[in-house]
Amino acid sequence: MNENEIRTRVLAELTAVAPDVVAAEVEPGTRFRDQFDFDSMDFLNFAIGLHQAFAIEIPEADYPQLQTLDGAVAYVKRQRVVP
Amino acid sequence: MSTAAQRLSYREACRQAIRAAIQADERVFLMGEDVGRYGGCYAVSKGLLDEFGPERIVDTPLSEAAFVGAGIGAAIGGLRPIVEIMTCNFSLLALDQILNNAATIPHMSGGQFSVPLVIRMATGAGRQLAAQHSHSLEGWYAHIPGLRVLAPATVTDARYMLQAALADPNPVLVFEHIMLYALEGELDPGVSAVDIEHAAIRRPGRDLSLITYGGSLPKALSAAELLAAEGIDAEVVDLRVLRPLDDATIMESVRRTRRAVVIDEGWRSGSLAAEVCTRIVEQAFYELDAPLARVCTEEAPIPYAKHLEDAALPQPEKIVAAARALVGGRG
Amino acid sequence: MPSLGADMEAGRLVEWRVKPGDRVQAGDIIAVVETQKGAIDVEIFQSGVVESFLVEPGREVPVGTPLARILGEGEAATAVPAAPAPTPAATVPPPARSRVSPVARRRAVELGVDLAALSGSGEEGAITLADVERAAAPAASQDRAGAMRRAIAAAMSRAKREIPHYYLSATFSVEPALAWLEAENARRPLPERILPAVLLLKATALALRAAPELNGTYAGDGFRHSDDIHLGVAVFLRSGGLVAPALRNADRSDLSALMHELRDLVARARSGGLRASELSAPTMTVTSLGEQGVEVVLPVIIPPQVAIVGFGSIVERPWVEAGAVVARRVVTASLAADHRASDGHCGALFLQAIGRLLQEPEKL
Repeated sequence: MNENEIRTRVLAELTAVAPDVVAAEVEPGTRFRDQFDFDSMDFLNFAIGLHQAFAIEIPEADYPQLQTLDGAVAYVKRQRVVP
Repeated sequence: MSTAAQRLSYREACRQAIRAAIQADERVFLMGEDVGRYGGCYAVSKGLLDEFGPERIVDTPLSEAAFVGAGIGAAIGGLRPIVEIMTCNFSLLALDQILNNAATIPHMSGGQFSVPLVIRMATGAGRQLAAQHSHSLEGWYAHIPGLRVLAPATVTDARYMLQAALADPNPVLVFEHIMLYALEGELDPGVSAVDIEHAAIRRPGRDLSLITYGGSLPKALSAAELLAAEGIDAEVVDLRVLRPLDDATIMESVRRTRRAVVIDEGWRSGSLAAEVCTRIVEQAFYELDAPLARVCTEEAPIPYAKHLEDAALPQPEKIVAAARALVGGRG
Repeated sequence: MPSLGADMEAGRLVEWRVKPGDRVQAGDIIAVVETQKGAIDVEIFQSGVVESFLVEPGREVPVGTPLARILGEGEAATAVPAAPAPTPAATVPPPARSRVSPVARRRAVELGVDLAALSGSGEEGAITLADVERAAAPAASQDRAGAMRRAIAAAMSRAKREIPHYYLSATFSVEPALAWLEAENARRPLPERILPAVLLLKATALALRAAPELNGTYAGDGFRHSDDIHLGVAVFLRSGGLVAPALRNADRSDLSALMHELRDLVARARSGGLRASELSAPTMTVTSLGEQGVEVVLPVIIPPQVAIVGFGSIVERPWVEAGAVVARRVVTASLAADHRASDGHCGALFLQAIGRLLQEPEKL
């Protein structure tokens, strides 16, 4: 899975959690919370979505790395190569 | 030539059309029962015998099979006959000639023979002529490949469809509704020809399409006026050409209004209205916002008694009721 | 017609989910009702057999109007259905499958409109293009948001007009609670992790056991205590407005169950799938604006309830423990309570209890 495919899938998980978010309009470097009323429940659902979509473990301590689109894509990419 | 709009009756428009055709082309002549001395059973050809003589205005014996067959022969032989059958009720006596000869010869001869024949006939009910003289059989003829079937419903179409029909190398049937003859209308001075390909939008509207032809057009237009008073904006589509049907105009209208009532003086079962409805469902199903509706003649022989005849036929009130039911949920 | 909010006067029956002759169990969804707060599933509170419908879909009827007649076990059918409102002229039975015109169905897919949430204005209740476009129009959603705004306005005006609020607040360390939770979550697979908000909710619910004057409703005849603790949770909606459905018996659920229920409730609140009973059930409400960086919330009671607790942000602050200043994560809880039902003393004990419970998270 290349970076573009990961990004598409991450965006899909994001819009599944927040249906009002338009994928094309997500600012990749801005925190979700600052872009669209993303609360801790949304964030948890997003993390669960990534966990299930990519079969990766996400310790709570890593949550801060998932708060932007770029951050989440980079995180998923790293976690997938490390077994 | 005057450029002012000329007001005339449908009957007069038919007569002008025949006169102009005879004047324009020496191959054209009119043939039929009582078209000469009597002036035609609906007085369409009145005066034409005096004007053009018995070579061009030909009274025939009372044998539809014989004079329609003669017309076919004349057409194959190079003439441009206009055959008048008094009413479509009697055309059944010539059905073999129309269906088995006129419609098939161009096909069976591999295009070697063309049949540039025009048959005019009166159609419809409304004059208390009872069951045997009140049929609307244009829907039957519209079933037959090889024919073009026209239903002029305005004075302009009555005036100009004939010349287009005569120019067609294949047989053309023209159905003139008996209730239209006396109606008057304006002849647009800017028009000198009409096509015999397309349906026409006689009244634009947004809320539903009233699709009709011939003698039911004035009823549909009246219904549209009644509906307008209720705030329902009906579009009226005049089919004009019953075969081949102009699907594009029908679908374009239905795509705009999303609802349709088809009005047809034929009986409902197996009617032209059924054909139009089926095409709409085939081609524009996903555009529809309501079921289709039909207003047709009741499935009984046309009664003689005035009130029963009126009750049997499509009427503006029935069209309004059908339209209202479809548009109930609008807005 | 159930009351789905203190200020609901009438509701429109959108559809029946059962038919006469069906056997129903208490808790089954039997109908959908359209209110100012959106389409709400209506539950049946008794088991039995649906004998007849007294209200047809599409009609708006006042709260309290019988919608259907249910026969209990062994009950015989009655001959005369006593419909209080005039029956509609049309006697056409509602179609079993909702009617949707072809173009309406196609357009609904294009616009992402949920047909199940619509009621039709066409012949025999058919959903037409206009119904779909109205549902999708920004003007229409403004209408819906506007209706919710009006409902909130009515409830809050009533609260401020009728309820003599008193306000108390207290700040406590949540360091032990969060430390415990972090360790707990580290053991849990991601889908089973618990949000800090759940600890606050559970502590509040348990504290309510010792403060019965805060748990219940106030009506014309005075305060009525509720033995059960159904904690309302204020959920903001992305489309505007908020709803506060109940976590039933929140004091009796363990943290995992409470987390599971909260996730489900928030998801359904935002997708418009709440049950009628969830909206009318709360015996007290919790609101949290901490996520928005607010330290102190001074909430307004949702009538007919008599108390509401607001939590602010969890923030790190200098804190004195055993004579030393240390950095601690703290939260401020505020209580707004109805002075007709309780006094400040009771409220103060209640807040104290929440703080104390949060110091022993393993017992929550």
